[in-house]
Amino acid sequence: MSKLDSKIPEGPIDQKWTKYKSTIPLVNPANKRHLEVIVVGSGLAGSSAAATLAEMGYSVKVFCFQDSARRAHSIAAQGGINAAKNYQNDGDSVYRLFYDTIKGGDYRAREGNVHRLAEVSGSIIDQCVAQGVPFAREYGGLLSNRSFGGTQVQRTFYAAGQTGQQLLLGAYSGLNRQIGLGNVKMYARHEMLDIVNIDGKCRGIIARDLVTGKLERHFGHAVLLCTGGYGNVFYLSTNAMGSNVTAAWKAHKRGAMFANPCYTQIHPTCIPVSGDHQSKLTLMSESLRNDGRIWVPKKKEDVEAIRAGKKKGSDIPEEDRDYYLERRYPAFGNLVPRDVASRASKERCDAGYGVNKTGEAVYLDFASNMKYKYGKQVATLKGIANPTEAQLTEFGKEVVKEKYGNLFDMYKQITGEDPYEIPMMIYPAVHYTMGGLWVDYNLMTNIEGLYALGEANFSDHGANRLGASALMQGLADGYFVIPYTIGAYLSKEIGTKAIPTDKEEFAKTEQEVQDRINKFFAIKGTKSVDYFHKRLGKIMWEKCGMARNKEGLEWAIAEIQKIREEFWKDVRVPGDANEFNPELEKANRVADFIELGELMCKDALNRNESCGGHFREEFQTEEGEAMRDDENYKYVAAWEMKEVGNWELHKEDLIYENIKIAQRSYK
Amino acid sequence: MAFPFALSLFPKPFTKMSGNMNLTLKVWRQKNTNDKGKFETYKAENISPDMSFLEMFDVVNERLIVEGKEPIAFDHDCREGICGSCSMYINGRPHGPNNGVTTCQLHMRSFKDGDIIVVEPWRSAAFPVIKDLAVDRSSFDRIQAAGGFISVNTGNAQDANSLPIPKNDADESFAAAACIGCGACVAACKNSSAMLFVGAKVTQFALLPQGKPEATQRVLAMVNQMDAEGFGSCTNTGACSAECPKEISLSVIARMNREYLSAQLFAE
Ligand SMILES: Cc1cc2nc3c(=O)[nH]c(=O)nc-3n(C[C@H](O)[C@H](O)[C@H](O)COP(=O)(O)OP(=O)(O)OC[C@H]3O[C@@H](n4cnc5c(N)ncnc54)[C@H](O)[C@@H]3O)c2cc1C
Ligand code: SF4
Ligand code: FES
Repeated sequence: MSKLDSKIPEGPIDQKWTKYKSTIPLVNPANKRHLEVIVVGSGLAGSSAAATLAEMGYSVKVFCFQDSARRAHSIAAQGGINAAKNYQNDGDSVYRLFYDTIKGGDYRAREGNVHRLAEVSGSIIDQCVAQGVPFAREYGGLLSNRSFGGTQVQRTFYAAGQTGQQLLLGAYSGLNRQIGLGNVKMYARHEMLDIVNIDGKCRGIIARDLVTGKLERHFGHAVLLCTGGYGNVFYLSTNAMGSNVTAAWKAHKRGAMFANPCYTQIHPTCIPVSGDHQSKLTLMSESLRNDGRIWVPKKKEDVEAIRAGKKKGSDIPEEDRDYYLERRYPAFGNLVPRDVASRASKERCDAGYGVNKTGEAVYLDFASNMKYKYGKQVATLKGIANPTEAQLTEFGKEVVKEKYGNLFDMYKQITGEDPYEIPMMIYPAVHYTMGGLWVDYNLMTNIEGLYALGEANFSDHGANRLGASALMQGLADGYFVIPYTIGAYLSKEIGTKAIPTDKEEFAKTEQEVQDRINKFFAIKGTKSVDYFHKRLGKIMWEKCGMARNKEGLEWAIAEIQKIREEFWKDVRVPGDANEFNPELEKANRVADFIELGELMCKDALNRNESCGGHFREEFQTEEGEAMRDDENYKYVAAWEMKEVGNWELHKEDLIYENIKIAQRSYK
Repeated sequence: MAFPFALSLFPKPFTKMSGNMNLTLKVWRQKNTNDKGKFETYKAENISPDMSFLEMFDVVNERLIVEGKEPIAFDHDCREGICGSCSMYINGRPHGPNNGVTTCQLHMRSFKDGDIIVVEPWRSAAFPVIKDLAVDRSSFDRIQAAGGFISVNTGNAQDANSLPIPKNDADESFAAAACIGCGACVAACKNSSAMLFVGAKVTQFALLPQGKPEATQRVLAMVNQMDAEGFGSCTNTGACSAECPKEISLSVIARMNREYLSAQLFAE
């Protein structure tokens, strides 16, 4: 039998979860108190899981590397969260959310998991509202919705452009309540640097107190990794500076399989790179595509005039603009999924129509909706029959400000240009990683007792994630899935006493972590950690980014191996281990990114097809659309590490019983 | 078959662009909480006006590392003005010269070539310095744990739309909830008061029907914890709101005071 048992319950798709849920063994309250759960990560997945498990009676410890749980990267999510509530009465349903997600993922996700996600989505919104999350509302006092890419219904709930912030603060408040009650012990400014396996089960972690530098051993009957995505392997991405793969990678090196590492989401609407000092890229939320139209000039001479600063975007007359998404994909227009939109931008820029100095930017233009949609609406409400153009602009601005104010401000801060006056310039950037630790239906990795939740696992988005679905998945995993599924394991552990952390396995693992830290300081090389990170990122972006091919990937693998060698010979980590030392933190993370980068290229090379965010140039249709190979690649690629640079591939076949797989079309 | 995507046409993520600003930095260096600390002077050279303030620090740190010196420690993560990590006191103002902007969103175009820039950590007894510009703000977390929540266990919620909330209340609640917990209000206040931060949370919940049942305990518990952490009292100077990067309104303090007074009446 394959090493990978997905444990999807039997039965019709819409009854799998309900039935399974009611058959999972329960743990009685007296026993729960003696069961300890370690949660690494305090983002949406971690905070929601920790709060809920503590409410249920488990003893919980939570770790995060920021100075407060509230600063986890989820805080930065902007646009919204999906749920199949059908409040807009536009034909939404659990099935439709399920179908959109499978199709959006280009038929590379598990039916069972995705259906469960759609089923629990509604309860997430209920939970958040009850916690006091101030979602946007209509004048009648009911919740407001907007559209995101890859769907034709309005199912996205939002709080201006700060949805992640509000959801995380909601989960954080639940977490705080449990901290106050003494059911959760919080370890902020702590970084997990390894897991501890005992007799084939995960039984704890080694963490470093980032203030004192001390290594600590923590026991848990189960360990939940809720440590986010690994987009920063590209150096430049929309992720927070500290986002990293270390927790997942350490688990991988101790036997957990890493699934679909090459599935990366490149987000179409980000602020373009401005120079080589760039430390990160900033997203302009997908929600902007509700009201912004994407275009480049039709004529090369206009492009040149714009680049030379002789013309502005607003000078180009309507008939000379190429609204290329609306042209190529009339059914979905500006709301095609992210992978499709990104490639279309790249195609136009590669063909020479990019509108900034670097040639790598397209317009995202609000003028027409601002004036003629919102401006008119407000004028009508105010009873102004013949509004002037200036009035329309003024009224429209107010509406746009309410919807996207913080995003527009952010754009202005970064670029120095006012997007209310001139169209935004945007370009695709690395944003999200669909790949992650392989988990079964219970969210357990192939190591018993070790779970992965949120962006850290691979489970629900296939080869491409739809907008506003990561927040949904993180909270689904934490609030509504793990609290049930963990029972399947912990009910068998009630007889296991807490293992003392002076046991050999703990000591040995801690020593290995210590050795690696010592090694960093011993190198005393000449180059900063960032130097290596930038080099790695450039290779990843060029050869394993929006488009990939065999030759480029093979080259990249060889090159990354060289970087790894050089890193371990020539990196310079200043200061010492027993103090607050951000450079040491970075060195630890970048060392792991380098190993991961190689695996991502290997995975991309193995997958001789194009699907979702994975686009192999050799496999495309005449029109430049992704060409899947369902006969040979309809599987999850789960990699087992033998040693650094050497992996074995395991395949989990994907079975579609409810959805007929077809070529994705948004035309 | 011709491929529309050709390998040779890849985007160039690191377009060269050297800046032309030269600045002098006077930065607070402090090895750890117990160290006395002092200012050190650094040159920041070839700075581009398009850099963010923290990217300028990256440039300085990169050079320090290569020269074998210790880089300047500071907190940061999102670099988008939302996580609340960054916390620099720049030329006498938390988050620098611009209103409504965090340090990470401050760009060098707000400075002139030749400027001298003084950078310090937040200064408050309730925020001890950890190293250089990084401080310990865990007191904020403890205030939240004392009462900054609505007690609803997962799974207990009713349908979200069964409780309509007037749009104005929801919007006002949201405006208060926009606080990023950065602590600039405390750093700006001559008394190190945390009233704006606590008031923002109290206001968010006070405006929502869900928050009502626990309103009394909440405000008492949060204010008590705030006092226990050593934050000072409010003397209505308004520096907090003026320096708040999220422009949280002073009215949240007034609301908290009202809530607190009526809570005390009820409690007695
Ligand atoms: C700019 C931006 C905007 C986005 N907007 C949206 C949106 O509108 N809608 C949507 O659905 N999705 C959005 N996403 C995606 C979504 O925000 C993330 O996928 C999601 O928040 C991830 O949540 P998480 O809980 O899995 O991990 P995170 O929120 O990334 O949390 C990771 C946690 O793990 C901790 N951690 C990591 N490693 C360690 C370690 N070794 N030791 C200790 N702790 C560790 C961190 O401290 C942190 O607490 C956006 C993403 C970005 C970058
Ligand atoms: S009230 Fe303003 S200044 Fe104070 S912590 Fe919140 S966001 Fe920062
Ligand atoms: S780094 Fe997140 S707010 Fe500045």
